[in-house]
Amino acid sequence: MAAIEPMEQFLVHKVVDLPPIPIPGLGALDMSITNSVLFMLIAAGLISVFFLAASRRAVVPGRMQALAEMLYGMVDGALTGAIIGDRGRPFLPFVFTLFLLIATLNVLGLAPGGFTVTSQLAVTAALAVMTFSIVLAVGFARNGLGFFKLFWPSGVHWGMGVFLMIIEFISFSVRPLTLAMRLFGNMLGGHVVTYMFASFVIGLGLFGLHGAGIEKLGLVGSGVSFAMIVALLALEFVVAFLQAFVFAALTCVYLNEVVNLDHGH
Amino acid sequence: MDVTAAKYIGAGLAMTGLIGAGAGLGILFGNYLQAAIRNPSAAAGERVWLFLGMALAESMGIFGFVMGFIILFVKV
Repeated sequence: MAAIEPMEQFLVHKVVDLPPIPIPGLGALDMSITNSVLFMLIAAGLISVFFLAASRRAVVPGRMQALAEMLYGMVDGALTGAIIGDRGRPFLPFVFTLFLLIATLNVLGLAPGGFTVTSQLAVTAALAVMTFSIVLAVGFARNGLGFFKLFWPSGVHWGMGVFLMIIEFISFSVRPLTLAMRLFGNMLGGHVVTYMFASFVIGLGLFGLHGAGIEKLGLVGSGVSFAMIVALLALEFVVAFLQAFVFAALTCVYLNEVVNLDHGH
Repeated sequence: MDVTAAKYIGAGLAMTGLIGAGAGLGILFGNYLQAAIRNPSAAAGERVWLFLGMALAESMGIFGFVMGFIILFVKV
């Protein structure tokens, strides 16, 4: 019986070998196309093709255009519009891109033989640090040094305020970490749990087939595990979209704090 | 104690973080449902915050889960 290796599916390996490119001061940079890069390219290609097909600008939208308009309307209405308000319109392309990219990568990972790019901490950390940097840049560009008012709670005694300011500052600083870990953990966890149930199907099935008497109950366990996989996969599709939505929504919440700093929204 | 045994015990203990996540999610959805039944017209507007709260509550459990996996699978 093959060993159960739940983490093997997350290994990055090279698909196309390309020569390393030397970069002065950094050393050689490996430019090989790995399975992670491959699936990011597929996701980018899928999104591009989808919007090329959808952007016919018909007055009565076809199926593709209706889907694209629905996605756009959801991000515009429920995320930037509802959370940031009218001032959120300039950030719509960024939030929409994040949402689409993460959702596509998550769903591609659920396809048979697919590689989940968002289960790599390096990828989610890069996305989170990018979001955090944009929040910092927008905050300082819009408010200048008034940005630091963000940490000062209004309407409390100054002694308590100093204490709360430290807590606010810490919770602000760990945001990129929590953003990255949330997406990474959800994707990793979902795939590992599905893998474990898949290994139960084979393991218990073989046990039941070769056993005698009460050991035949292994077949029942195998069937139950199979039903669990079907249910878990349905849940994983929900989680794939929900985590993309949550990432985009948190980006909006963080942007809202710095964009509407001077007047509460 | 054997190092492997200690690793398994540690990973199991790290999973206790999921207790809090489960309780938090239960409180969250229970309260949302109660509010939504009392005032159905206001329910749709608060759904974004429901999912946001769900993500925040769930992430605490996910951190515990990731800790368990680090204990189990990261080679020191």
